[in-house]
Amino acid sequence: MSATAKIAWARVADIVGEQNSSFDPGELAAYEIIGVTPGGVARPGSAEEVAELVRMAAADRLGVIPCGARTKLEMGMAPERYDLAIDMTRLDRVAAYDPGDLTLGVEAGCGLVKLQSVLADHRQFLPLAVPWLRRTTVGGTIATGVDTPLRQLFGMARDYILGMEFVTGEGVAAKSGGRVVKNVTGYDLHKLMIGAFGTLGIMTKINFRTFPLPLESRAFVARFDESKGAFELRDRVAESALAPLTMEIFSPQVSGLFNSDVAARMEPKPLEPGLLSPKHWAFTSGFAGNEAALSRYERDMTGMAERCGAAGVTLLAQEQIAGAFGRKREFIPIALESSPATTILKVSVLPRKMNEMVTRAGRFANEVGVRWAAMARGVGVIYFALLPEAQDENARSRTATIAEQMMAAVARLGGHATIPWCPREWKRSLPIWGRPREDFPQMAKLKTLFDPNRILAPGRFVGGL
Amino acid sequence: MQINRELVRALERLLGRDGVLSSREDLLLYEYDGSVEVARPQCVAFPRSTEDVIGIVRLANQYKTPMVGRGAGTGLSGGALAREGGVLTVFSRMNRILSIDIQNRRAVVQPGVVNLELSRAVADARLHFAPDPSSQKACTIGGNVSENAGGPHTLAYGVTTNHVLGMKVVLPTGEVVSMGGAAVDTPGYDLTGLFVGSEGTLALVTEITVKLTPLPESVKTLLAVFDSVDDATETVVDITARGITPAACEMLDGWTLRAVEAYVHAGFPLDSAAVLLLEVDGLRESVETQAKDVAEVCSLHHAREVRVARDAAERDLLWKGRKNAFGAVGRLSPTYYVQDGVIPRTKLPATLRRIDEIGKRNGFEIGNIFHAGDGNLHPIILFDARDPAQFKRAVSTADEIIQHCISVGGSITGEHGVGMEKDRLMPLLFSEAELGFMRRVRDAFNPAGLLNPGKIFPSGKGCGETRIRPLAVEGSVAG
Repeated sequence: MSATAKIAWARVADIVGEQNSSFDPGELAAYEIIGVTPGGVARPGSAEEVAELVRMAAADRLGVIPCGARTKLEMGMAPERYDLAIDMTRLDRVAAYDPGDLTLGVEAGCGLVKLQSVLADHRQFLPLAVPWLRRTTVGGTIATGVDTPLRQLFGMARDYILGMEFVTGEGVAAKSGGRVVKNVTGYDLHKLMIGAFGTLGIMTKINFRTFPLPLESRAFVARFDESKGAFELRDRVAESALAPLTMEIFSPQVSGLFNSDVAARMEPKPLEPGLLSPKHWAFTSGFAGNEAALSRYERDMTGMAERCGAAGVTLLAQEQIAGAFGRKREFIPIALESSPATTILKVSVLPRKMNEMVTRAGRFANEVGVRWAAMARGVGVIYFALLPEAQDENARSRTATIAEQMMAAVARLGGHATIPWCPREWKRSLPIWGRPREDFPQMAKLKTLFDPNRILAPGRFVGGL
Repeated sequence: MQINRELVRALERLLGRDGVLSSREDLLLYEYDGSVEVARPQCVAFPRSTEDVIGIVRLANQYKTPMVGRGAGTGLSGGALAREGGVLTVFSRMNRILSIDIQNRRAVVQPGVVNLELSRAVADARLHFAPDPSSQKACTIGGNVSENAGGPHTLAYGVTTNHVLGMKVVLPTGEVVSMGGAAVDTPGYDLTGLFVGSEGTLALVTEITVKLTPLPESVKTLLAVFDSVDDATETVVDITARGITPAACEMLDGWTLRAVEAYVHAGFPLDSAAVLLLEVDGLRESVETQAKDVAEVCSLHHAREVRVARDAAERDLLWKGRKNAFGAVGRLSPTYYVQDGVIPRTKLPATLRRIDEIGKRNGFEIGNIFHAGDGNLHPIILFDARDPAQFKRAVSTADEIIQHCISVGGSITGEHGVGMEKDRLMPLLFSEAELGFMRRVRDAFNPAGLLNPGKIFPSGKGCGETRIRPLAVEGSVAG
């Protein structure tokens, strides 16, 4: 540790208090990011303290990374510099909730479960059914841009975040948007913070539009011998008047994953037997409404599934949904624990290209003998999990081959892909953030503007931002 | 502003003689938009391609002349006015729909495509472009993107930014940048999210990739008639709190509905104090129940009548009343000032009472016609522009209303934009440091400050400098 750094630690304790800072290596190990451990951790209790910490770090050029429940630190690249972890979990207040207006302001460190329970008291919710739901914070969810099955109907966080307060890399407390449901005052800087991995600023407060909890929801599963039928059903539903909450397609291997002990740990509620089968592709969809609407969904989806050649269908009542929905939500953590070297590619293509993409990806993986499982969302996003038997050089090189082939295939289909999760040792040899993009210079411009000293999570994001 | 003949000739060489206007008479047509502001450009340029736009940008830089993008000029905050003169770049000739992908529900359009034309082009496939500003027959998608336009149906469908997936833009430095795209979740910062709604201050947009949205299977339009404004606003509060999200929830107060009725004959009862125009849509099975729920809430709050439009013709007539309201108001007063404040919906009843009180105290009749379901107010202050004292009082009255919106947690503009009309109000919402930071974002993309100068950020000029022109009666559109 350098002399400057030593002085800085004393100042960290000055800002947040002795009890809210730590430089104990034992404690710091928990803040490690892809092999890099910080020199200290601060747990600020206010946005002002966050700003003060960042100003201090900017003056001393210390690398700073904000974190919440630390469930997604393995995503992205290792930081170039990481001196101070800013643990946001003390900033966990629901700052303003106006149920009658369906709007809410919440501090970034608030746990999602806590937030959802506050909302549930008023029969409202946020459509953030994200992985690691039971532990994750609002800030971590938004900063990493993870998606949710509910995006099928509700869109992404960018569609229901109304405004934000954040601290820039110079320690300036800034804000954009507001609290009301419609607002075009000033630039939407908060949209830049979403999915930016904390490289532009540290979010301190996020304002959301909330949603009424649906009256009743049910689900539908159809099984197919081939992927084609499952994707065709997706297309038919998308072209109908139906507006389901979720639409996912699972490859046959997911059956094994979802019936495993790992899955039971992630989602204790049981999975209905026979729902998924290791021989079939599965189309799954949840929907909500009144009794008449629910029957219509069931009737129409069953009819469409038959026309697409389904081998079997299952209807799930409200009380049977949780186990299946929980697994769908936790697909990523389940996949990560299902192999010693899980590598997950996130692929975006136009919805009608998904079948072709998955088919090719499956072929690439089969050719080199790597086990895989896929989840495709109706909006055109595929999570393709490679599940090698071991983490060795052989597995790495085969994974790299598949990733390369998939990147080329997705580019030909007009889409793009990243590798959000893989063994940390493989990160440098895989195209984690996908292929270089034409708009990168504009992103670099923003990075320089928001964080001129390159202290915020440097190197973690796209193109080394 | 002095016309630079050399620049005009250079533009003519680039775009052809019919691609540039510079005579005084021609420029008169381009010195206003739908707002109360006036500003005359040096010349008007009509690009036909991205390459033309690059050429215009290069010339503007060479001659150190401001440049401003413009669609149909229906904007309500002076966003498309050349506040500091310069080259007004009008996109009316870049009006092609470049591609439509029905299966994947995408379209790529040039900025000059008229909003409603895109919806018409995909209507056979039962799709539409969801943002529906009242000016949708005239306004362009490029303009919608610049202002992040809303409309009555954005309550359920979202505003423009929710429907734009990607863009090709020309930066004021002449660089062309493609951002986002037809596939979702582009890696990296959400540049599209930043550029949509940046009011033409960051780039000139030359291509837009949008989502297309299915038309609902079933629609029911209801007109609820009230004898008191309070009952109408309390109904909106209750509908929201019950978690019913209509596709649209518009309110017209007594004064406004009488003005509209005299002009459009939509069937609004002349003796009522307020009407709510409500629409529910979706699956047949849900719409029936939703319409019943909405009607019940209206009755609970003493609606004296809830009328359900029997057919498409009746529905269109009700909407015609709403969408032509500002034209109707224009018949009553040579000049009016429309605001665009937003408040939390729980504050609607108190705020409407407050607006009435503020109006009375300042000697103005203030009409209200607005997106009640969003809490997006459009108070209309009528005044006589020939009387400078009255104009000044109208502006201070409007400011008092906006101050109130902010004091209850609201915003100064919900869909019209800040432009050159509300820039002086920005410090009411943002600190100097916050505005300073936003300014630096602008400067990062617009380093010479030549693109759309004098917008969004307070210029330090007092409101006394706002110039006023009489509004045209026909074709005035808002909200």
